[in-house]
Amino acid sequence: MSDINDLTRTWSGIHGDEPWGTLDLRLTDTCLRDGSHHKRHQFTAQEVEDIVRALDESGIPVIEVTHGDGLGGSSFNYGFSRTPEQELITIAAKTAKRAKIAFLMLPGVGTKDDIRAAQDNGGQICRIATHCTEADVSIQHFGLARELGLETVGFLMMSHTQPPEVLAEQARIMVDAGCQCVYVVDSAGALIMEQTADRVSAVVAEIGSQADVGFHGHENLGLGVANTVIAARAGATQIDGSVRRFGAGAGNTPLEAFIGVCDKLGWTTGIDFLKIVDASEDVIKPAMPEECQLDRMTLMMGYAGVYSSFLKHAGNAAERYGVSGAQILLEAGRRSLIGGQEDQLVDIALKLKAEQEATASV
Amino acid sequence: MSKLTAAIVGPGNIGTDLLYKLLRSDVVEPRWMIGVDPASEGLRLAADKGLEASHEGVDWLLKQDELPDLLFEATSAYVHREYAPRYAEAGIRAIDLTPAAVGPAVIPPVNGTAHVDAPNVNMITCGGQATIPMVNAVSRVTPVSYAEIVASVSSRSAGPGTRANIDEFTRTTSAGVETIGGAEKGKAIIILNPAEPPMIMRDTIFCAVDPDADTDAISESVHAMERSVQEYVPGYRLLQEPQYDGPSDFTRGMRRVSIFVEVEGAGDYLPPYSGNLDIMTAAAAQVGENIARHLMQKGS
Repeated sequence: MSDINDLTRTWSGIHGDEPWGTLDLRLTDTCLRDGSHHKRHQFTAQEVEDIVRALDESGIPVIEVTHGDGLGGSSFNYGFSRTPEQELITIAAKTAKRAKIAFLMLPGVGTKDDIRAAQDNGGQICRIATHCTEADVSIQHFGLARELGLETVGFLMMSHTQPPEVLAEQARIMVDAGCQCVYVVDSAGALIMEQTADRVSAVVAEIGSQADVGFHGHENLGLGVANTVIAARAGATQIDGSVRRFGAGAGNTPLEAFIGVCDKLGWTTGIDFLKIVDASEDVIKPAMPEECQLDRMTLMMGYAGVYSSFLKHAGNAAERYGVSGAQILLEAGRRSLIGGQEDQLVDIALKLKAEQEATASV
Repeated sequence: MSKLTAAIVGPGNIGTDLLYKLLRSDVVEPRWMIGVDPASEGLRLAADKGLEASHEGVDWLLKQDELPDLLFEATSAYVHREYAPRYAEAGIRAIDLTPAAVGPAVIPPVNGTAHVDAPNVNMITCGGQATIPMVNAVSRVTPVSYAEIVASVSSRSAGPGTRANIDEFTRTTSAGVETIGGAEKGKAIIILNPAEPPMIMRDTIFCAVDPDADTDAISESVHAMERSVQEYVPGYRLLQEPQYDGPSDFTRGMRRVSIFVEVEGAGDYLPPYSGNLDIMTAAAAQVGENIARHLMQKGS
């Protein structure tokens, strides 16, 4: 049995001259990207500036800023951004003194031109997300990002749907294409600790000698911090979370809680716990439309393995057509919908409504 | 009645499915199947059906004494861009099933006979063939300031070409939503879903229209377009009545029309879930036949 404090691998620091010195774990806050779902993509320029400043002063090394569905996500299907995301990236890059600004893109939604624009606006880390069986759609984008000198991260979304060996194969495709860190992404908040460990371990075994491994958790079954600790023990060295859980579904791994846990475990993150707790209360909380909660809808997402950002869209469709939001989510799970298929939630709602009417008329 | 002769270049899934469709045509006779791999199943099938099948590529075809009247390109955008000038030089009409967009774009029920004299026509993308008719169905009734299409296809029906060039899909489809669909601005999104059993292609078409647009007229036009597409893709169907929302803050003050369709393929060579590929080959066959009829009429 290894010591509780014994990380199997310390962060390699391959990304160079961070002002933090050696870190065991490198944390990315994603409330300005994943939280965009919870905020229905309505961030103002002022909110982004305030949040970036507070996170940066706490010592968060990476801050992700984009529409929730990545570059080009502003749309009927996912919701229009109140402020153009490229403008938000620009503001974030100007505000951050130490932190690097990351941006997300999903091949099929965004394009290479969006990546170029994000870099021009100050983005430094290009995070490219695919469903966890479709990594080969990202090859051209990793190629471009590396050519442009961007740091690269790959996201294998909905990782709970595939066994560890499939994730390892897909991670290999990304690394061969130029990806420097592959994240096991628990988009549905459906992974349960050993399942997280098995997946992270398999990816570390496949790519660990060449690239970092990361973990991105959601709280839909209340396991964000637990999954993240076990992921770090299994060799994940880059970690996502959102202060105050500000993310899709029941939210992300609460970053301030995880930072406290790291302090207790003796894992260096370079982040000041007291400052991040203050930022959570004083800056993040006022920008949130409401707290991210474990309730009927979000529990259903973890339970049925549904993509977290479906939450608000399922809620809208339920209200519009007078059907149960929980039933919409369960049906989305049954249909094996994946990230990006928000449009199908309306089809499900209409089908449920027709069934209701058929039953009522009998 | 005599037929025009055709070559299919690219004996992969698309080329082979197209072969089955052309074999049923009254006006187009598929005579050559061209590939580069001697072990290709498509070449073998074509030879079985009586075509001249060669793995020596287009260079071989262009050296033959008799050249085809029509050539269907089912390779990749890169290959087509390279060879398109040589087809034109040889006087062969090209129907391009790649997203190369060398020639004008054609969507059968919208502008199927518009470019019958063009040396090269482009079939846009599978998602474009499935959705642009519906954008047009709305824009022929009322101005569409913005249209967005979301195409969900089974992972199994997305070939290596689509995967390696997914940006070309979004770019070419968005452009088609504008030029053929009639939207002022277009956007395209594609999702590859690995669910088993494979999902049948589904598409959602969103259009932004004036708040006081005539929704009855839009719905009627959408149903009429469904029938037009069904003439060559019987498995093309509306899943729901068109939905009308807004205007609200979340739609940026626009009224949103949402149209949900499913495209089930004919199951010629490809399985029925690959409606995305079927609508492409069915549309290409239609366009080929339109050109053939036009040329035969001119010649007679």
